[in-house]
Amino acid sequence: MTGVAKLEWRGVRKSFGGRAVLDDLDLAVAPGRSLVIMGGSGQGKSVTLKLALGLLTPDAGALRIDGRDTASASKSARRRAFADIGVLFQGAALFDSLSVWENVAFRLINADGVPRRKARERAIEALSRVRLPADLADAYPASLSGGMQKRVGLARAIVGRPSLLFFDEPTSGLDPVTSAVINELIVEQVRDLGCTAVSITHDIASARTIADEIAMLQGGRVIWSGSPSELDQTPDPYVRQFVEGRADGPG
Amino acid sequence: MTAASASLAALTPFRLIGHPILLGVRRVGAITLFGLRSLAATLTPPLYLGQLWRQFLAIGFFSLPVTGLTAVFTGAALALNIFSGGGRLNAEQVMPQIVALGITRELGPVLAGLMLAGRVAAAIAAEIGAMRTTEQIDAMVTLSTDPYRYLIAPRLIAAVLALPLLTAVADLIGIAGGWLVAVRTLGFNPVLYVRNTDAFLQAGDIGSGLVKASVFGFVVALMGCYHGYHAAGGARGVGRATTHAVVSASILILACDYLLTAVFARA
Repeated sequence: MTGVAKLEWRGVRKSFGGRAVLDDLDLAVAPGRSLVIMGGSGQGKSVTLKLALGLLTPDAGALRIDGRDTASASKSARRRAFADIGVLFQGAALFDSLSVWENVAFRLINADGVPRRKARERAIEALSRVRLPADLADAYPASLSGGMQKRVGLARAIVGRPSLLFFDEPTSGLDPVTSAVINELIVEQVRDLGCTAVSITHDIASARTIADEIAMLQGGRVIWSGSPSELDQTPDPYVRQFVEGRADGPG
Repeated sequence: MTAASASLAALTPFRLIGHPILLGVRRVGAITLFGLRSLAATLTPPLYLGQLWRQFLAIGFFSLPVTGLTAVFTGAALALNIFSGGGRLNAEQVMPQIVALGITRELGPVLAGLMLAGRVAAAIAAEIGAMRTTEQIDAMVTLSTDPYRYLIAPRLIAAVLALPLLTAVADLIGIAGGWLVAVRTLGFNPVLYVRNTDAFLQAGDIGSGLVKASVFGFVVALMGCYHGYHAAGGARGVGRATTHAVVSASILILACDYLLTAVFARA
């Protein structure tokens, strides 16, 4: 990669209770690119994401956004670095006690100080970008289907027009049609916003649709990376087993 | 048995005693740090007024029925007990004063606190615990909103303000419960009962109870928030957090009650 990476994990180590989850992880994504991190359960994908979101701090190594190390940065510098991100969580993580529009406008109202009326307008506009009708704005998350909740989560992630978007298992628990819709929306939003995207998924079809680059994690390290088209040509036995979904193999 | 394993075996009793002590010390340290960070969040902007008002209603207003019912029955039972017990010393006539003193100094704040521990600490721990296990708290952090300010500070402030008000209501209703029994079944003069109570009670009796109530409110909200915030392991973890919140809040209320009573007794 030439130039400064948008997001970079450099020599990152992270252990829990003496068990190393990430072991010297090196990974980077260039501005405007979409990186998908794949790997089996327990290989360190979620920890990789949580480090990038600032929810965990690395034991060693650096986590850089726009070339600036966030782990060793001051509190205000960290706040600034993480203010320009949007996240779609695995279960959408919508706030049950708030209506759909209040969920979408949460950052606008509580962190950016946007007046409620203006925030509602922007929330409804974000909902329309994920093809949800305005009359859903006053509904509560519990009354929505899983696919709708994901779309509301996506609207919440994009409402602030972030430069860095994260997707944690965006299609988990969804039927194939709804998964395809979510994948399509992700591609659309990343393209329209011109932002950098980092996704975690087990879903090969989803990875092929949304990725410019794919990185495969095993044992807390990147063991393979390449484009979606290279995925089918790699001889790496772990990647082959994962892509083909076989029970027998090194994984 | 090798010398090394023999010396390890000899250390087992110390490990058995030491391990829970270390765990306990670590827990006290963690709660203290959590409390200090929460206090800092209550004292510095931004304060989410909408959240504060919602919590004030949930903690204060909606706890009125349970606190009122507890107070009226306790006041009535206290009146009967003091009347029958006082009869052994020919001191039945001081029953109104003792009921008033017992309610305002002790039973009003403690019972309101314990009711809140059962009702509010459990609800706070369950709500925040569910938010933790469904990544809502992580989501809040990524939305540039500090959970200590948005979730914890409003609950702490609301509980510290609401419990003294609830206690004041409980004091009134408790004394009214005693009055009802005294007038209806024990033959006391209704006006004299009120006059005696009024003449006997001092501002310090009521004030010390209200100060206790504020401390209990802080304890209840802190325990609910702490255990909910650190919930882990899905529904079972949330259940465990709820139980720990109620038990620890109840015990701390009783411990704080003794300490505060000792302080007020010296003053």
